Amino acid sequence: MGSGRLYAAVAAGGFRRYATYRLATAAGVFTNTVFGVILVYTYLALWDEKPHLGGYDQAQAVTYVWLGQCLYATLAIQGGGAERDLMERIGTGEIAVDLYRPADLQLWWLAADLGRALFQLVGRGVVPFLFGALFFPMAVPAGTAPWAAFAVTLLLAAVVSFAIRYLAALSVFWLMDGRGVNQVLMITGIFFSGMVLPLNAFPGTFGEIVRVLPWAAQVQMPADVLMGETGALRAFAFQAGWAAVLLLAGRLLQAAATRRVVVQGG
Amino acid sequence: MAERGAVVEGVRAYRLIAVMWVRSSMTYRTSFAVTLLGNLMVTGLDFVGILLMFSQVDSLGGWSLYEVAFLYGLSATSFGLSDLALGSLEGLGGRMRDGSFDVLMVRPAPVLAQVGADRFALRRLGRITQGLVVLCWALVSVDVEWTAAKALLVPVMVISGAAIFCAVFVAGAAFQILAQDAAEVQNAFTYGGTTLLQYPPTVFGKDLVRGVTFMLPLAFVNWVPAAHVLGRPYPVGLPGWAAFASPAVALVCCASAGLAWRAGLRSYRSTGS
Repeated sequence: MGSGRLYAAVAAGGFRRYATYRLATAAGVFTNTVFGVILVYTYLALWDEKPHLGGYDQAQAVTYVWLGQCLYATLAIQGGGAERDLMERIGTGEIAVDLYRPADLQLWWLAADLGRALFQLVGRGVVPFLFGALFFPMAVPAGTAPWAAFAVTLLLAAVVSFAIRYLAALSVFWLMDGRGVNQVLMITGIFFSGMVLPLNAFPGTFGEIVRVLPWAAQVQMPADVLMGETGALRAFAFQAGWAAVLLLAGRLLQAAATRRVVVQGG
Repeated sequence: MAERGAVVEGVRAYRLIAVMWVRSSMTYRTSFAVTLLGNLMVTGLDFVGILLMFSQVDSLGGWSLYEVAFLYGLSATSFGLSDLALGSLEGLGGRMRDGSFDVLMVRPAPVLAQVGADRFALRRLGRITQGLVVLCWALVSVDVEWTAAKALLVPVMVISGAAIFCAVFVAGAAFQILAQDAAEVQNAFTYGGTTLLQYPPTVFGKDLVRGVTFMLPLAFVNWVPAAHVLGRPYPVGLPGWAAFASPAVALVCCASAGLAWRAGLRSYRSTGS
């Protein structure tokens, strides 16, 4: 129980840290709303041309856009969550202090990142989504059951998103510099999470492949669960499966990395 | 005459600082090559999205792939040029918060030139390169009865478009002096603007098109002149000469942005830290 309290405190710290920058958050809300409006119009034109593309109707395509804007910062789709801090600490050697702490390294950063994600969802994600619901036709379910299932997929999505970025951050143990990895995170995150186009609208075999990659757990799964396009249990299994595999890979990589840590004295 | 002197001095300061940053980034050549490639790929994702859309449909808002590629190439190239020149203005808020902006104020060189050239990065050539590639592909593929006037409009669009986006960068920087933590608002107009212009105007609501034609005249980067080149009616009624008005619009934008920058600079208060 004691350690549970510790990670809760770390998560609360992550939440508070991002909650400090109110003007930056408001500016982010504005930007996400502007991009949402642009994307909605282009998707409406696309679905006008080809109704039921990817099994979505127009209202569902619109909902997907606003959900994407809502989760963009929450799931750190283009990077920029806890992994940036971790990379910096590895680069400067401060990671040695972290390794001395009587806490699990991976759980510590997971807790911090979940705290950040919760703030980004509440502070930055909800308003663009409500704006979309107010001004565009959306396919949002009534009743509590779909929303409860949606909440679970969001939590799992946040864990998968963290697990991917944690692996990327650990690579700095070998690469010493995170810039290239951050760029890869950004490209893969934006493209394979379906920020460019919903994954279910990707054509042919390429579409089949992108829909089973871990990034599909981030926006596509929560969207499909919310709009009843996929069974909740199937989505949970998909997300939890990837979360387990990636977190385990993270632990293995972490073990390998900490074995070779040499801290430069100073 | 004094105005002219200030501009010359600004360009000179800009060049000196930019050259210094180029030299510094060339010290790590592999790192530079990788970031250039990364920039090329990140900025090319938008076009991959358009290609994916056209793998499902034959037209978007009534425009063909080549016509959309024409818009995309113009938008990406002119935005890329302005991003190369003044993209660093995005980091102005950070300099205000950590107090290093004060240092720029006391140096004997125009502040705009200093922040504009700050961290000048040739990797931004990536966006220009992919924009130009798409533009060239569109130019040879699109079905247009080329005349001398239409052919001349293409470089005019790229240059005026870059100037219009530069004005947006400067106006955004002026806004950042007032609201120091609001760099993202600037992103909505710069990155948001170039994304908007990659798609045909027919896709968007009339009010939005009117807004970016008459209020924030981004439409003159490509929409209005490109509609003329492609022989398509522009969704908002404009006189025929409007297609050739981009340079004048760019001039007005730059002048207004310059005034906004001066007003912003005068209102600056140091954090004192």
